[in-house]
Amino acid sequence: MSSYIDFPILALLAITALTIARMRDLWAVIMFTGIYSFLSASWMVILDAPDVAFTEAAVGAGISTVLMLSTLALTGKKERKYKKSPGMPLLVVTVTGCVLVYGTLDMPHFGDPNAPIHLHPNPSFVERSEHDMHGLPNIVTGILASYRGYDTLGETTVVLTAGIAVLLILRRGKDEAVASMSTAAPSTITAESTL
Amino acid sequence: MVNNFPIIRIVTKLLIPYIILFAFYVQLHGDFGPGGGFQAGVIFASALILYGLVFGLDSIKRVAPPIVIEKLMAIGVMIYASTGLLCLLLGGKFLDYEQLNHHLYPEYLPSGQHLGIFLVELGVGITVTAVMTMIFYIFAGRKRIV
Repeated sequence: MSSYIDFPILALLAITALTIARMRDLWAVIMFTGIYSFLSASWMVILDAPDVAFTEAAVGAGISTVLMLSTLALTGKKERKYKKSPGMPLLVVTVTGCVLVYGTLDMPHFGDPNAPIHLHPNPSFVERSEHDMHGLPNIVTGILASYRGYDTLGETTVVLTAGIAVLLILRRGKDEAVASMSTAAPSTITAESTL
Repeated sequence: MVNNFPIIRIVTKLLIPYIILFAFYVQLHGDFGPGGGFQAGVIFASALILYGLVFGLDSIKRVAPPIVIEKLMAIGVMIYASTGLLCLLLGGKFLDYEQLNHHLYPEYLPSGQHLGIFLVELGVGITVTAVMTMIFYIFAGRKRIV
């Protein structure tokens, strides 16, 4: 039954990816990457990972699309035409693709209960979690926030560092703010100089 | 500037409360259902960014002033790390939430592992919301596009 949903979604993902690769109009490309993110979010729901789906829909389709559009407003709307012949890149892409497909041949079948991922992190981990967490049923949260609290602290610090890096690189200097004083409304300047 | 598009304006105003409510649900219910700090953070930030896109950068900066957002970026990580330090001070290991057990209304207030996870997820949520919003401010502030 689920294959009636699986195949169309995977086919649409492939079609969207091909369309993105063929297009030159960057505005449309950004819209298509948003569609791609929504399709992957639907795919994540089918794979029983609703939390990943939230993230994909909010970050992939929402925030990053907005950021790409902001970037587009600062650069150009058209991708420059590539002059050289596409033979060499095509060869590299084909060979890499074949290697990747060859790599998947060794992987366990989808949903296989004997796959290493279902056996190796000891199953007792799953059985023990509810007792260790004093009755919290969500094993994913238990692992992320408690068993692997150090990792998550590190990840949160990485997010903070990324924010600081963007602030340092892209924040308007005093000179730029003064330079744009003549073009923008005074209220914008006061708001932006507090940034 | 979007005053000419009443449909966009009204639909946005209708949607934002539900997006924020969903963010709080994902944040506070994360230990029972799917989700947690990161997911709640990005959903909350997308509500703020939607407001900024429709009503302009100046209006969103009045709702969430950049100076506050800048501080919240660090405060989230601080909440996380101080939860760990609190466990250390109470005699356990760093981030060992068993130390947070208490007997004050245990049926209403979370305690032990539950309290630890709650505080830690709160820290993650605050940092993620603040960083996402800040990145939007910086990108959108480069030129008047919204």
